[in-house]
Amino acid sequence: MIIAEKKPIEEIIEEVRNYDRLLILGCNECVTVCEAGGKKEVEVLASALRMYFITQGNEKIIKEKTIERQCDHEYLEEIRKNIDEYDAIVSLACGVGVQFAAEKYLTTPLIPGVNTVCLGANEDRGLWTERCQACGSCVLARTGGICPVSRCAKRVLNGPCGGSTNGKCELGPDTDCAWQLIIDRLKALGKMDDYEKIAPIKDWSTDRAGGPRTVTREDVKI
Amino acid sequence: MKIPSNFRIIRLPCTGKIDIIHILRAFEKGADGLYVVGCMEGDCHFNEGNFRARKRVEQAAKILDQVGVGGERVRMYNLSSGEGPLFAQYSIEMVNKIKELGPSPIRLAKQNKAKAA
Repeated sequence: MIIAEKKPIEEIIEEVRNYDRLLILGCNECVTVCEAGGKKEVEVLASALRMYFITQGNEKIIKEKTIERQCDHEYLEEIRKNIDEYDAIVSLACGVGVQFAAEKYLTTPLIPGVNTVCLGANEDRGLWTERCQACGSCVLARTGGICPVSRCAKRVLNGPCGGSTNGKCELGPDTDCAWQLIIDRLKALGKMDDYEKIAPIKDWSTDRAGGPRTVTREDVKI
Repeated sequence: MKIPSNFRIIRLPCTGKIDIIHILRAFEKGADGLYVVGCMEGDCHFNEGNFRARKRVEQAAKILDQVGVGGERVRMYNLSSGEGPLFAQYSIEMVNKIKELGPSPIRLAKQNKAKAA
């Protein structure tokens, strides 16, 4: 899922200071699971903002709503009938949701309430770690199911590099060497022969380097 | 030992039921202070209820600091259900602390607004 982190309240306060009627808009998908922008976080942020502006003698109208997904037209349509009631929307969705809402409501300022961090997994309570960089051409079949693009700092495709020590990356003891993990997994799978195969030069045009990407599916288009 | 009469007890099945928003709403409605009283750490019937509560109280305190209400107005205590006198002692301690801090800025702002109107 997409992992996001709550923005500091102080930063949001500065962004919304000049608007009198606000909608705090949450998203029921990824940001709910990573506890950054779901219904609960919407309630907490709205309450915090209300309290701040009351104490400042500048009470604002702050409404709350959480929709199923902010990256889908049909759910974003739910707020259209009330959109004129707000001077700005604080969206707690990932960057995709914020932009999609901004495209849909041209004259309403959109303020992001979270920082979108990565595509990751919930490794433990309160711990989310990156697993994918959406490079557009998956190599996991050859690397024991461990991604050298997202988990190796250098994105080395034939690793490890000289910076790998005792299974850790030279970045620091908190970062596993992806290639150590790959070798360990290939050993467990009895597929160390695969490790000997040199990976060809990767086509990075499917990655961000090739510009913004689109997926067009004629087979599902109506 | 007498328990102060100027606070309201809200009963929960377990402190693990409390959420940050419950604490914030109390302050939004004008509460001057709030304390959560849970079982002793390690004695939770649901294993982690009081640990969850402590984390949420800490998060609420941080938010109250950020919005200028003051995180010191919220606190978590732990005691066993047989410690009535200790409950009274903690209540007195909290009430005295809140009296020292004075009314919540939200209550003051609401009063000022009511006066102006």
